[in-house]
Amino acid sequence: MFNEKKLTEIEQSQKTWQDKLDKSLAKFPERQKFAVKSLYTPLDNAKSDYLAEVGLPGEFPFTRGIQQGMYRTKLWTMRQYSGMASAEESNQRYKYLLAQGQTGLSVAFDLPTQIGYDSDHPLAQGEVGKVGVAIDSLADMEALFDGISIEKVSTSMTINGPAAVLLAMYVAVGEKQGAKPEALSGTIQNDILKEYIARGTYIFPPQPSMRLITDTFAYCSQNIPKWNVISVGAYHIREAGATAVQEVAFAFANAIAYIDAALKVGLNIDDFAPNISWIFTADLDLFEEVAKFRAARRLWAGIMKERYGATKPKSQMLRFHVHTAGSVLTAQQPDNNIARITWQALAAILGGTQSLATCAKDEAISLPTEDSARLALRTQQLLAYESGAAKTVDPLAGSYYVEQLTDRIEQQAKEYIAKIDSLGGAAIAIEKGYMQAEMSVCAYAYQREIENNERIVVGVNKFVNDDEVQSGDYLKVDPVAGEKQRQRLSELKAKRDNDRVAKTLAALRQAANGTENLMPYLIDAVKTYATLGEICGVLREVFGEYKANLEV
Amino acid sequence: MMKRIRVLVAKPGLDGHDRGAKVISRALRDAGMEVIYTGLRQTPEQIVETALQEDVNVIALSVLSGAHTYLFPRVMELISEKGMKDVIVIGGGVIPESDICALKATGIREIFTPGTNTRRVIEFIQTAVGE
Repeated sequence: MFNEKKLTEIEQSQKTWQDKLDKSLAKFPERQKFAVKSLYTPLDNAKSDYLAEVGLPGEFPFTRGIQQGMYRTKLWTMRQYSGMASAEESNQRYKYLLAQGQTGLSVAFDLPTQIGYDSDHPLAQGEVGKVGVAIDSLADMEALFDGISIEKVSTSMTINGPAAVLLAMYVAVGEKQGAKPEALSGTIQNDILKEYIARGTYIFPPQPSMRLITDTFAYCSQNIPKWNVISVGAYHIREAGATAVQEVAFAFANAIAYIDAALKVGLNIDDFAPNISWIFTADLDLFEEVAKFRAARRLWAGIMKERYGATKPKSQMLRFHVHTAGSVLTAQQPDNNIARITWQALAAILGGTQSLATCAKDEAISLPTEDSARLALRTQQLLAYESGAAKTVDPLAGSYYVEQLTDRIEQQAKEYIAKIDSLGGAAIAIEKGYMQAEMSVCAYAYQREIENNERIVVGVNKFVNDDEVQSGDYLKVDPVAGEKQRQRLSELKAKRDNDRVAKTLAALRQAANGTENLMPYLIDAVKTYATLGEICGVLREVFGEYKANLEV
Repeated sequence: MMKRIRVLVAKPGLDGHDRGAKVISRALRDAGMEVIYTGLRQTPEQIVETALQEDVNVIALSVLSGAHTYLFPRVMELISEKGMKDVIVIGGGVIPESDICALKATGIREIFTPGTNTRRVIEFIQTAVGE
């Protein structure tokens, strides 16, 4: 872009400018020290090889985006994370959101479901239907998608420990609706390693968990070719306290572990890599977030090509969903969250996301109401149709600042990945508590910054309203939802063919003790209305349960 | 010399979001308290049993899943059954203001919602234990 002579001219001009700035700063000091410089110029990107490092959209290394036309051809999928109480109530919310212009579904499951317990398990007390929908059996899954053609809408399911079981239920629902597995599209999160370090909804120890994951990789590549077999969770790592660099690095290290496990069981990289998808967060620092997405795309393309020799362009593309950061929303002055969510979503769009979920303004207080869920969706629609952000591809490319940030994040993430490689890979690093410790330090430092007023949070440590009264308008899950769900479960157990259930569970147990792919056994079991708790119970007996390390 | 304040930071229920619990554990430790963290997925019974065994002054409960309306009162019931009159219980997490009154009526001394300064929690504990 610039020849040597021009760069020297810029350097000299910048020196003169710096002298003037220093004089000015002597009189008017900077209001705060920032980790970034006050000015970025072509000198910050002077060594960049444009075509090799930035290039064109839709071409390796995909820094500028994974498609040639990006949003000029098709807007991102608007996919709000949603689910609460019973399957029927969640079904109503999905239909409402689809009627409001949402273009994909994203299912939030309640905690008992995420941890493989039925609603009548003692540990499920008080949790049924709270942070998502309760799914005990195929009957609930049928009700969840009643009147929604899953052949036409893609569905993302945030499920990890029992992801294979929920996928089996989804396939069975498809069959009932007359949809062939090859017609189904969507995603299971299926990322267990991040559960051990960030989100806590694990069931089994790492080894059998990895087997369930590679079984889904193998089954889907043969039978459900459009299905995203994993959505590697960078989001949760960041929300648990990581920095932007750690978010990229730790999620990539986990993904490397999944790929290594899949290769070890004999899968071919280009058979499953095209179906690896990702979920990132969009946090508050607009430019750092945009740079993070660009850096992540470039870094992943390089890893796939150089480390794994993947040749299909789709294997090299980092395709991702973004969920705006819930952890930075404040319970104080919750309307401020609308603004925060808007620029977080803008960062995701400027960063070239394929799919986006925006938080609702009341999420630091409770689950979103219908009104706040609609406003969160409208925020995306406003950005899509009114802001101009979707008019051209990767509009911040070439910003000296953004390109330099992109380089920095990529470089620092590479260093972390090398460190984790040297420890023996993500699974061992997690066992040693390495990532957890790194994140814990950052989470605490972040909190200290807020408390020392080095980081301003409007409404929390500055511009505080002492007379603030929280609005009473928030969503309450009916306290009898748990009771109703338990009732339903007991009716189901009374009327299903319990001999068939026992037979499929026995077959599953035998397969789990061996090495066969478990997916066909899981599909057989869910079709007899064996419950999630029963199925996971069998697997718990065979695989054991994970116990976390308690260091804080 | 005054005995150091002992705090059990507890995660009842199935919620796995423990960033807050870990941050508060560090802050209390930095303030000179002895902190025991239960880890995830504790039943109210396990928490109260640990509190008894460890002879703590304070139990700090953290829940972000909305299950506080069941789990917090259950902990208070068990505390009362065991006659642990001197233990101070506080709670934190994503808890709507309209639930706070009912929770305090069960004997929970204070509820801290997102955005709370850890110094406030420290001062609250120091004052309450000193009473």
